[in-house]
Amino acid sequence: MITFDHVTKRFDDGTVGVDDLTLEVPEGEVVVLVGPSGCGKTTTMRMINRMIQPTGGTLTVDGQDVMTVSPPQLRRRIGYVIQQVGLFPHRTIAENIATVPELVGWDKARTQERVKTLMATVGLPDSVANRYPHQLSGGQRQRVGVARALAVDPPIMLMDEPFGAVDPIVRSRLQDEFLRLQLQVRKTIVFVTHDIDEAIRMGDRIAILSEGGKLEQYDDPERLLADPANEFVADFLGAERGLKRLALIPVSEVSAEPGPVVSPDDDRGNAAEVARSYGTDWVVVVDEQRRLRGWVSLHELDGRIADANLRQFALSVESTDSLRAALNAMVTSRTGVAVRLSEGGLYEGIITQELVSKEIR
Amino acid sequence: MIHAAGVVAQVVDTEWIGRHLDDVRTYTLEHLLLTGLAVGIGFVVAFPVALLVQRYPRLYGPVLGLAGVLFTIPSLALFVGIIPFTGIGIATPLTPLVVYTLLILVRNTVEGLRSVPSDVVEAAEAMGYSRRRRLLRVELPLATPVIIAGLRIATVSTIGLVTITVLIGWGGVGRFFLDGFARRFATPLLLGIALSVLLSVVADFSLLALQRLATPWARGRR
Repeated sequence: MITFDHVTKRFDDGTVGVDDLTLEVPEGEVVVLVGPSGCGKTTTMRMINRMIQPTGGTLTVDGQDVMTVSPPQLRRRIGYVIQQVGLFPHRTIAENIATVPELVGWDKARTQERVKTLMATVGLPDSVANRYPHQLSGGQRQRVGVARALAVDPPIMLMDEPFGAVDPIVRSRLQDEFLRLQLQVRKTIVFVTHDIDEAIRMGDRIAILSEGGKLEQYDDPERLLADPANEFVADFLGAERGLKRLALIPVSEVSAEPGPVVSPDDDRGNAAEVARSYGTDWVVVVDEQRRLRGWVSLHELDGRIADANLRQFALSVESTDSLRAALNAMVTSRTGVAVRLSEGGLYEGIITQELVSKEIR
Repeated sequence: MIHAAGVVAQVVDTEWIGRHLDDVRTYTLEHLLLTGLAVGIGFVVAFPVALLVQRYPRLYGPVLGLAGVLFTIPSLALFVGIIPFTGIGIATPLTPLVVYTLLILVRNTVEGLRSVPSDVVEAAEAMGYSRRRRLLRVELPLATPVIIAGLRIATVSTIGLVTITVLIGWGGVGRFFLDGFARRFATPLLLGIALSVLLSVVADFSLLALQRLATPWARGRR
């Protein structure tokens, strides 16, 4: 756990980088510091390992005041990943990852074993172990940076825009991998970014800072989006706050409606009745095994449903998808609803716009 | 080409060279000794100064300024002017030679250290390197190419300067010049020039090879 207790950083020239910050980073959570440039987010992060010295208040890491520990000792227990990665160009990938084990005096065998494990963990092929950093792609270098920071399994990680320098496709993949990795390793992570979407995606909690290191709001992403503390926060979250929230809520949060369901054996008469009771002019066709067969418009139906030309839903959602995915399915379907399927692909019901907006209102 | 070779054959008295091979060896060794000592001592002086400048960047201007002023003193004046203070021992040629290496060596060592990318220095700091260990394990290895480049320039320029010390009783292969001038005899003059150029080229390539050896990571880079 990391605790900021009225921590202040006043620089030599008198400017205030961080102003009276009180904040707690719980064990095993990802806390994202986010805000516009000049908001002191990086300064806040760098005070934790004393790359910057606090000038007031108390900053403790696992109950220990950081000012009572020598910086090299403190830093070897705290992983550090930065945007430019900062790999040592004169050392191979394996040697880069082995940096901190070497500093704290691990023996060769243990270090080698650890390097091997870490390379697998972050998804680096064995073949790059003896290459130099300049021979790797940007995404690979970033993975090396993460592996290097994890080398001695530090309980705490500091990450300053770690995915800022790679292209959007690689970034999104690295973010996914990071989240998966975090599920395994459960580090206490302080993550700095200026990108609110990244903050919402990565953070268990988000601290929004304004100019001069003032903490505007500290909450989990959903609470933040649902209930911004003030105009600054609302502005920073942006106009699409509702949509962003939908991305955080799983489909399982809303109960699906049964929908206007007919079986392939039914005819136009049954279908018209079912559709009328739902106020639609189309029906969903589901067979006895609850498999979704498609949908059909009443206007295109004369006799038996089995003989009709069924249309397919291009997109469907499962319980673990987000409501945003459901909304996307709605707006791309002529029926205006999203179908929800079970993991095994069986029909579970439909989700309407009404259900979704009720959830976020 | 045949014509040029003919001219050289007419001008150069190979028989004379054959009779003076002992001198070639002695003078070359003296040349190497003076060059090696000058660059060696120069580096031993410049290196800590450069570290100090790196640690206290405010010193950069004054130190480089002083070294620059020393560098502009005409070499002939310095060699002759120093005799009253140093006598006729080896210190007389060596002192000015060392002074001339200082500007090059201090500046290149400082620039070498400065060329280490700031994100690499930051990462080293954040990994928990002490200042001393960071210098030895990260900054100096990465500064090596620029530092050796400085040594190459200093060495080549010193090899040239050593020939001038013939005026104060030393000179290395420059000693052939004196003989050549005194007797208006081309062979020793040309021999002295050829040996001096040869020494420069060999020394430069040796240091280049050393640089390649010391920086395996830079191979195949751009």
